[in-house]
Amino acid sequence: MTQFNRFAVAAVAVAGMLGGIASASAQDVVRIGTEGAYPPFNFTDSNGELKGFDIDIAQALCDEMDVTCEFVAQDWDGIIPALLANRYDAIIASMSITEERMEIVDFTDKYYQTPARFIMRDGSDISDTSPDALAGMTIGAQSATIHANFLEDIYADSDIRLYPTQDEANLDLAAGRIDLILADSIVLYEWLETDDGSCCTFVGDAYSDPDYFGFGAGIALRQEDDELRERFNAALAAIIENGTWQDINDDYFPFSIY
Amino acid sequence: MGELFGLLAFGAEGWGDELAAGAWLTVRLALTTLPFGLLLGLCIALAKESENTYLRAIGNTYTTVFRGLPELLTLFVIYNMVQLLANRIVQFVAPGSSFEISGFAAGVVALGVVFGAFSSEVFLGAIRAIPKGQGEAGRSLGLTAVQTFRLITMPQLWRLALPGLGNLWLVLIKDTSLVSVIALNDLLRQTQVAVGVTKEPFFFYLIACLIYLGFTLISTVGTNALEKRANRGFAMR
Amino acid sequence: MTDQSITSLARIAPQKAPPARGPFGLEKKVFDQIVLAIVLVGLAAWIIPNINWRFVDRYWLRYLEGILVTFQLVFLSVGIGALLSLPIALARLSKRKWLTLPARAYITFFRGTPLLAQLFLLYYGAGQFNAAFEAAGLWWFFREPFYVAVLTFTFNTAAYQAEIMRGAIQSLPAGQAEAASALGISRWPTFFKVVLPQAYIVALRPLGNELILMIKGSAIASIVTVLDLMGITSLAYARSFNFQAFFWAALLYLIAVEAVRRIWDRLERHLTRHLALSH
Repeated sequence: MTQFNRFAVAAVAVAGMLGGIASASAQDVVRIGTEGAYPPFNFTDSNGELKGFDIDIAQALCDEMDVTCEFVAQDWDGIIPALLANRYDAIIASMSITEERMEIVDFTDKYYQTPARFIMRDGSDISDTSPDALAGMTIGAQSATIHANFLEDIYADSDIRLYPTQDEANLDLAAGRIDLILADSIVLYEWLETDDGSCCTFVGDAYSDPDYFGFGAGIALRQEDDELRERFNAALAAIIENGTWQDINDDYFPFSIY
Repeated sequence: MGELFGLLAFGAEGWGDELAAGAWLTVRLALTTLPFGLLLGLCIALAKESENTYLRAIGNTYTTVFRGLPELLTLFVIYNMVQLLANRIVQFVAPGSSFEISGFAAGVVALGVVFGAFSSEVFLGAIRAIPKGQGEAGRSLGLTAVQTFRLITMPQLWRLALPGLGNLWLVLIKDTSLVSVIALNDLLRQTQVAVGVTKEPFFFYLIACLIYLGFTLISTVGTNALEKRANRGFAMR
Repeated sequence: MTDQSITSLARIAPQKAPPARGPFGLEKKVFDQIVLAIVLVGLAAWIIPNINWRFVDRYWLRYLEGILVTFQLVFLSVGIGALLSLPIALARLSKRKWLTLPARAYITFFRGTPLLAQLFLLYYGAGQFNAAFEAAGLWWFFREPFYVAVLTFTFNTAAYQAEIMRGAIQSLPAGQAEAASALGISRWPTFFKVVLPQAYIVALRPLGNELILMIKGSAIASIVTVLDLMGITSLAYARSFNFQAFFWAALLYLIAVEAVRRIWDRLERHLTRHLALSH
């Protein structure tokens, strides 16, 4: 076989592979994009499986709609672009329903709502979390979140550090690279309860201004997918009605987060 | 220390199997990108060597752009654009149907586009290193341009381009780590997941580095062997 | 008679080929320029109406700040890396095993692993041992993502530059050093005055490539919260969901790389102007 033919064969092989990987999506499968790095809402365990409140809710919704859920893990930064690019059909990843995001995606009704809070290391000399009091301090948050936007806009005199994942922000707070973190109170609570989180503690009040923190976590969909949105809304209402939602809530939290 | 290595166990508790799966994806990603990137690079090189001004301009623009952009940026944009583009084409050809490009395929395309830009330069150098007289001799013997390329240029191209391509292959293996930033569960991303759970960044990132190092060392041995084979019949000067 | 005609033939100067003809009876060159102009105008007509000026207005200053950070990252690490690379290259070339082995290990590790993995290793690895760094009085340095990024890039580029310098030094004929030694010049002056200047001339081109590779590679710093050009881009995109964020970043990176490439070409031509074969 000549070199040229080898190239031709390689080309055909690649074309075949790409074609083989690509396939038309079936009707009764709903592909769900999630982050898998946001415990307790969605995370990856040491078996490489996606777990968490979001995943359980998604599973319950799919059961209710009588479709098969197919989960796709996607980094948070690219989670909306990948939805728009049709890599999956819905985002169930604790995404807050905000005006900014509603300009490019649609949301279902909320499936839970929790406020945001600051945490700091134990013994830090911080009691007031107003922008003036935190001027000059280093505050971490996950990038592309409501928390990041809030800090960028309101805490302009602080040094804001934005991390691809919440885990990385936590690591840096524990290490002392940053003075505070602003994030979802439940996510922070979960971490503070672990050994690594024992370094740190809540400070200041809870934040839930809808201008920044939106109207709770919803399922994000492409704007043209009205039908899917309605099906999700109906399923959501049904699992709240029949107690499934409460059961999942109780698996994770000692109080209701609706 | 023993505790740390316990984290590498295969099975439910350890991360060994996840890291191995990630490493396997890294290898598959690089190996799948290679033929695609080589073909693209060869086409671009031929375009740049072409008599046609426009082909040359296209080839040069392509190289300037994709050699000048950070791989991270290129990967992110192409990864997201490929699917949008595929959607548009499918909607144009057959409205209403959909065509899904997996994350893996999108990663291959993104890495291949970058690899193509760099390998085209290697091919170009190799093509130019072959004395022009050889091609002219081929033509004067009555071979067509395609035959000349296939029978005279191509067999020598391989040998001349191999050292450069070997380097690019090493770059490709390392560049696959950038897809972890996008979405694929490659070695580095699996490592990040393990770090997220175990809070042992130094240990796990060191292990990841050593696995990559293993890949590059094996590759170096492999490319050296290939070079030796390609150079057989050429006396060492 | 025949002699006469031959000399008169020889006296006719070689004529230039007539300009190539393109379509529409235009000269090929002119036609190509028209096509180029049409393509550029078309591109502009497509892009300019699609520019979101609100986006530009909101972020242009931050993009410039980002470029500045990118250049700081690159020039600091490539500069310090250049200083480091020389002893590493010399150790690598040494005949003593205890010098060669560590140099080889260093070069192999930093060239054989991805920059991103190295950055994670140093950044989050240092964070894990912050108490030890604090005790050593080094934490102020490892606390800052910018410093850790510069350190990682420096280690990385030093390994690549060491290999470039090794190749350049080895490429010089041994006779050069031998001649210097025959003239009674001792080892180090020979190295600094005879070998090194020539090695740098040989290394100029690959060093320029390394500089450009670092400009592109530095985008990785954004992943550990450094707000370089790529960091600003992610930030602007996360906020606006406007793909334009990437368009501007691409444009700025291309301009930066092209500018550096041209300046480097100039420099190279200037430094090699005494070499007959430089053109």
